[in-house]
Amino acid sequence: MKILLPYILSGVSVGGQYALIAIGYTMVYGILRLINFAHGDVFMVAGLVMVYLAASTPLYIAIPATILITVALGFTIERVAYKPLRTAPRMSVMISAIGVSYLIQNLTLYITGGLNKNYPEIPWISDKITIFGTTTTRVTLITPFLTVALCLILVWIINHTKIGMAMRAVSKDFETSQLMGIRINSVISATFVIGSFLAAVGSVLFFTNYPGIVPTSGSMPGLKAFVAAVFGGIGSIPGAVIGAFIIGICESLIKGLDTILVTQGVMASPFGFATFSDAFTFVLLIVILVFKPTGLFGEKQTDKV
Amino acid sequence: MKKILAVLLAALCVVSMAACGSSAGSADTIKIGVFEPQSGDNGAGGKQEILGMQYANKETPTVEVGGKTYKVELVYADNASSNDKAPSAAQNLVSAGVSVVLGSYGSGVSIAAGDTFNSAGVPAIGVTCTNPQVTSGCDAYFRICFLDPFQGTVLANYAKNDLKATKAYCLAKQGDDYSGGLVNYFIEAFGAENCVSETFPDGTSDFSTYITNAQTQGCDVFFSPVSTEAAAQIIAKADAQALGMPILAGDTWDSNVILDAAKGTGVEVAVTTFYNEGANPKFDDGIKAWINSDSTAKANNGGNDEIAAVSAMGYDAYYFALEAIKKAGSTKPADVMKALPSNTYDGVTGHIELDAIGDAVRNSAFIKKCNNETGKFEFVTEAKVQ
Amino acid sequence: MKTKKNLTSLILPVAFLILVFLLDQLIKPTDSMSMLLTVLQKGSVYALAAVSMNLLNGFTGLFSLGHAGFMLIGAYTYAIFTIPSQARDSVYQYFDALIRVSFPEVLSGALGGFGYVLGIALAVILAGAIAAVFAWLIGLPVLKLKSDYLAIATLGFAEIVRAIFQWQKLGPVTNGSNLLKSFERTSTFRITLGNGTVISFATFVPVLIAVICISLIVRLVNSTYGRAFKAVRDDEIAAEAMGINLARTKQLSFCTSCFFAGVAGAMMAMVLSIAQASNFKVAMTYEILLMVVLGGIGSISGSIIGAMLFISASEWWLRGLDSGSFLGINAPGIFRNGFRLVVFSLIIMVVVLFFRKGIMGDRELPEVIQGWRQKRQSRKRRAE
Repeated sequence: MKILLPYILSGVSVGGQYALIAIGYTMVYGILRLINFAHGDVFMVAGLVMVYLAASTPLYIAIPATILITVALGFTIERVAYKPLRTAPRMSVMISAIGVSYLIQNLTLYITGGLNKNYPEIPWISDKITIFGTTTTRVTLITPFLTVALCLILVWIINHTKIGMAMRAVSKDFETSQLMGIRINSVISATFVIGSFLAAVGSVLFFTNYPGIVPTSGSMPGLKAFVAAVFGGIGSIPGAVIGAFIIGICESLIKGLDTILVTQGVMASPFGFATFSDAFTFVLLIVILVFKPTGLFGEKQTDKV
Repeated sequence: MKKILAVLLAALCVVSMAACGSSAGSADTIKIGVFEPQSGDNGAGGKQEILGMQYANKETPTVEVGGKTYKVELVYADNASSNDKAPSAAQNLVSAGVSVVLGSYGSGVSIAAGDTFNSAGVPAIGVTCTNPQVTSGCDAYFRICFLDPFQGTVLANYAKNDLKATKAYCLAKQGDDYSGGLVNYFIEAFGAENCVSETFPDGTSDFSTYITNAQTQGCDVFFSPVSTEAAAQIIAKADAQALGMPILAGDTWDSNVILDAAKGTGVEVAVTTFYNEGANPKFDDGIKAWINSDSTAKANNGGNDEIAAVSAMGYDAYYFALEAIKKAGSTKPADVMKALPSNTYDGVTGHIELDAIGDAVRNSAFIKKCNNETGKFEFVTEAKVQ
Repeated sequence: MKTKKNLTSLILPVAFLILVFLLDQLIKPTDSMSMLLTVLQKGSVYALAAVSMNLLNGFTGLFSLGHAGFMLIGAYTYAIFTIPSQARDSVYQYFDALIRVSFPEVLSGALGGFGYVLGIALAVILAGAIAAVFAWLIGLPVLKLKSDYLAIATLGFAEIVRAIFQWQKLGPVTNGSNLLKSFERTSTFRITLGNGTVISFATFVPVLIAVICISLIVRLVNSTYGRAFKAVRDDEIAAEAMGINLARTKQLSFCTSCFFAGVAGAMMAMVLSIAQASNFKVAMTYEILLMVVLGGIGSISGSIIGAMLFISASEWWLRGLDSGSFLGINAPGIFRNGFRLVVFSLIIMVVVLFFRKGIMGDRELPEVIQGWRQKRQSRKRRAE
């Protein structure tokens, strides 16, 4: 058990960060039936904005400003790139999402000059701590709790507020809810705002832990978060969160599997599992899609957003 | 609206087409191609290497060939640290009419572009690409730095003899010829049975598990000659998880990115490198003064005036190329190519002379160690392998 | 009327091929126009890739994002089977190469120059075939999925393929994550005549392969199979009611598309002179998709035009945007590294949002030209 602990710790932390991104995917998909490929890039932009803001302003301004700018970005993307295509076929919207993702990556490439940007150090949460003989940073421990707390708040919003009710209605039936007087556009915008807000929070946690941002930093976490959303049952918020934790932990364990098995004497020589740490996520995705397309928490049992 | 947009787009296409025909150079300039990554994984390193060339170009902007003075113009092409962008970036230089090409930082892009230079008959001088494959089987490629088998051996000897390491953890990037090659030769020299070797995929940001792996397997030296971008992350994680063993790396880590990352941490970092700051005070002072006076140069050097070894190598490469052009007595690539094998030059990084394959004959490397308090490199020893 | 149309569609490619062959001889690599050859080489690779993706996305309505993975399989297959034996050990510097056959070498030993060509052709066909076999295997489970689930599953598959090809344990076959080089490539496609004149086929070969493959795809699209594809795209249920075997039709379209993706991968290896798994990322698939969209989903000539425009703009015409001066405007502050891609992605977003049909819509070039001709004729008649 002692040998597994550091892997599980880092897995839970990564999982928490994926979860915050995955919620954005799952909510948008639930309502628009759109894989918002640009969501991972929004997450990356949040990190970059923080880098630039923290260079000139103190953290208590930089962090809220980052979150605000990210939310504005998410809102703008929806208005500019998705809203005009509301009646278009689904493939067009998805292509538009890919186009936005391409644009954001190239824009950041231009602005940063393609160089790695170092994330500012945030005091207290990036301090070193030791638990059960394993040294890590405080953010590793905070992430899962913060994620779960945010998730609970979100579930409450969806179940107990007017906008939440509207979201549930829209995700059940787009046209009927429109006829019922729900303002579709504001509901969709609200979804993007919430998704971007969580992505911004996630980016603070993620990049504090792994401080280096390049234009493609968002694409892999984004894809994995989407897989997490599918794994948990797309449209379901608790599903996305649990899916993200499972994927985070598995990924971390796979990277360490060679070491674990060799030191435990199970294998004589390493097998090279670490090569498959990313691929594993996608194997999981294909298996889930083929055998249980509705994910762990199928549509019927849970609230769909 | 739509029609106007369509017309605009079409106009843009036509005009840009017309624009590309008009880039002929004047008769009395000689063009030297700079084939370096300016974005992507190795962007930071590539920019530092370019700095050396730019400084050299500023210092000596003309060259006399056959009694006529030519202005030297540097032509840049960004290979984006990507092997699939490299051939067309190289083709861009070739079609711009360069006489000789310098670069690149990172071995993979040089290997990938070798064929383009070869079939065009344009010589290329590798500055810091240390993988043997760059020059083997490619007549157009020469290089002025030492090679991986040498560097790997130096590092393994240092780990064994000076650090008294018995088990090494080696981490390379998947599909990266530089780190993969160096790790391979390190393992050969250190002994495969005492090494744990792992690779991380492209786009990895979570290095914590690799640090844990090294700790769990009881290694006592951590060898990861990867790009500076990953290096900063590895150092940060090594500090956060109290790695407890020295990190060893090759020439790419001799950069202020590493110094910034390691400053104020408890991580011990040692590197092999081409250049030891202070060996040539005139060059040191000159380039520092230039970097401090030029804001773009300073930004490209990571915001301070610490000289990276690759900058010194870039500086030497420029002069080595000028020597070759003078020797050839012509600006034609084919003539420069003929003059290169017998070309020699005494640069700030030492005497440069090429062997039959086109590789530099070098048998010594500097080993430097990072001082965590001052954030500067300290000279440890000069290592030789016969 | 019909024969005339056939004739133009035959003359056009042949004339183009002759032109390309002449360009190959006239333009030397150090000329400033040599970028035209680079663009033609790379453009033909992407044209075939885009057309093959269009066959799937545009004609059958299956949204797949796994193209880069299949191209990777093709590139590796081609590369592995054309490395000359004396270069093999230096390429596999860290491994003992397992596969030691080079088709062009073996066959040219037996049949001379013709054998060399045959060997290349064989390697290219094998590249496509292996990609198609993988496509068949993955198609069995995933083709049942709905549009966007299919997209994400194929995207995932491409990532899995990339990981497998980089696996150290497969090193003896794939050279691990290191690159493959020194195989038969565009710069080795040349004949040196007795008097020392070199006839180069560097651009001709990739263009020729693209022309052959694309005409095969055109024939397929216009056949009964092609009509079945379109029926499936327009309405699956109706198509099934009309007696079309849904699973088989989808599988056929998927495997054919991936076969040509594999061929495009082989061409990519030829043109780049290296093959490495890390180059075949999702971004490559996205780029191909954007080419298809640019040209018009459902138009083969559109995809070709889209790919050629995309490549020439990004590799050639807009290069000035990156290096300080463009159209005579000198602004190093704005026109610095990466600006080209920003302008480029803005253009693409404009196309995606405002010209959803792309350049060609779902029409083909011959139709458009005929349309112009008819319009001109009717105008003339009116004038008379």
